[in-house]
Amino acid sequence: MAGLELLSDQGYRLDGRKASELRKVQARMGVFGQADGSAYMEQGNTKALAVVYGPHEVRGSRSKSLHDRAVINCQYSMATFSTAERKRRPHGDRKSSEMSLHLKQTFEAAVLTQLYPRSQIDIYVKILQSDGGNYSACVNAATLALVDAGIPMRDYVCACTAGFAEGTALADLCHAEETGGGTALSLALLPRSQSIALVQMDARLHQDHLDTLMEAAMEACKGLSKVLDSVVRQHLQEVSVLSRD
Amino acid sequence: MRETPLSNCERLFLLKAIESKKRLDGRQTYDYRSIKISFGTDYGCCSVNLGKTRVLAQVSCELVPPKDSRPTEGIIFLNLELSPMASPAFQTNRQSELLVTLNRQLERCLRNSRCIDTESLCVVSGEKVWQIRVDVHVLNHDGNLMDAASIAAISALCHFKRPDVAIQGRDVTVFGPAERDPVPLSIYHMPVCVSFAFFQQGTYLLVDPCEKEELIMDGLLVMAMNKHREICSIQSSGGIMLLKEQVLLLSVSGTIWILRKEGGKFGFVESMPKERITALKREESLVEMTDVQETADQIISKAAAGHEVVPSPVIVATGTGQVGEGLQNTWGLDEEDEEEESGTKVEKRGTGSKSEYACLPVSVFLH
Repeated sequence: MAGLELLSDQGYRLDGRKASELRKVQARMGVFGQADGSAYMEQGNTKALAVVYGPHEVRGSRSKSLHDRAVINCQYSMATFSTAERKRRPHGDRKSSEMSLHLKQTFEAAVLTQLYPRSQIDIYVKILQSDGGNYSACVNAATLALVDAGIPMRDYVCACTAGFAEGTALADLCHAEETGGGTALSLALLPRSQSIALVQMDARLHQDHLDTLMEAAMEACKGLSKVLDSVVRQHLQEVSVLSRD
Repeated sequence: MRETPLSNCERLFLLKAIESKKRLDGRQTYDYRSIKISFGTDYGCCSVNLGKTRVLAQVSCELVPPKDSRPTEGIIFLNLELSPMASPAFQTNRQSELLVTLNRQLERCLRNSRCIDTESLCVVSGEKVWQIRVDVHVLNHDGNLMDAASIAAISALCHFKRPDVAIQGRDVTVFGPAERDPVPLSIYHMPVCVSFAFFQQGTYLLVDPCEKEELIMDGLLVMAMNKHREICSIQSSGGIMLLKEQVLLLSVSGTIWILRKEGGKFGFVESMPKERITALKREESLVEMTDVQETADQIISKAAAGHEVVPSPVIVATGTGQVGEGLQNTWGLDEEDEEEESGTKVEKRGTGSKSEYACLPVSVFLH
């Protein structure tokens, strides 16, 4: 799209943010009663719901179960009303399958699956409104849901996107910035050990800029981890107050 | 059919070998297998051999109405198929994880990196645009399908020529190959994927894993790069944890590898500059056309001579081929260099002298 300035001369982006500013994050845990763990997450205009069932016995074919670890099963879907044009196929198309695979990968690295051999953990994520950073919102929501379900993890898994415009790295891209044709890097990070669970990048970027881009994404993830941590502590407080009465 | 799992002793053996920096086929950690690229008689047909991994790509085009959101751009459609002949683990109708991963990575590598000028594929804005379809078939699976598929796809796209069109007002005339020469696609850059396999939680790293190494690897990082040192896409898969420094180091190795590939050490480059550095500049005579019967002989003679020694294309033949016992080629009589080459090749195989081929009555048009 010609003429769309990702970064203005004064340093403001399309939605008025500065280059390294994240969108407003709001989250709630324990939204559903039926599931073992659930969470709702808003990152700017992107809204994601995550639900966790497990650990439970492996459903379906027994051959899928692993003798020493738990199997993580992820399903990613987008609501038909989540995008500007109505989505024909909410799940089953290639992009959703790929996203489900990436989520599975991310959490296989983070969850302590060795504690639950021969069992299965289901993670279902749904995007209610999509405004860029779908994968990141899903990962963050799923992290909170896993914490809500009481499944032990190595660390919070925080994900964020980063882009590049006019020599500066932009953190947390919105939809217009993602589809503008510039670079978009998605990163899932475990903040305490600084290890990357998943890295994904589209569109061209000169090799020399990769360092700046990754740094920006990692900083954004660390900021997000603090927010997630405060959400968890607040939820714990609320729940303990209720159970005390 | 379910794939037989790798036995524990094989697994341990491979891991121990990797720890002492040895690989099953004698390569070093950063060594690629030999790459052979050959083109078929049709424009846009390319077959890549990466060691024993064989991949075939074919490009075709069609005039279709454009997408509503982009009325002035052509459409690129990529499709990769895992045929059961490639490996007993592949089944025809199952949407397996590997298939999804390969397809998406190929799409990301070629479509999102904008390597093809889609605006030039527009014929009538909003009504008719070219849809370029790339079909990649995996014929034999011996590891590292991603790299082979990306090489095959980009080579086939470079080799491909679409029919010429003339627009007069609202009338669109599509010329056949006999009326006007077909036009090549305009390609900005050539992204190629490089795969890195991780072992022992990221401690050891290998480039271009073969099938056995893929079975025991912890994770994979695929980087698509072009020779301008631009990274076109990065994708990590498998449950490994990386450090930022590792990713940066890999991007540097990836660059070195791509530059080496383009620099002429392997057969890859021998073919590429011939076909096109800029897609618009392509001479007829340098197009590689391989006759199926001859390919085996040529590869043997080429391998014996060494890639660097053979500067000219493998075989040149026009669309006609010979079927029968004589196994002689009917050479195109238009170009002199082809005749000379054909002469030498025929002598090499000792099936007859140059004069014989001209009067052989049986000829079949291969199309």
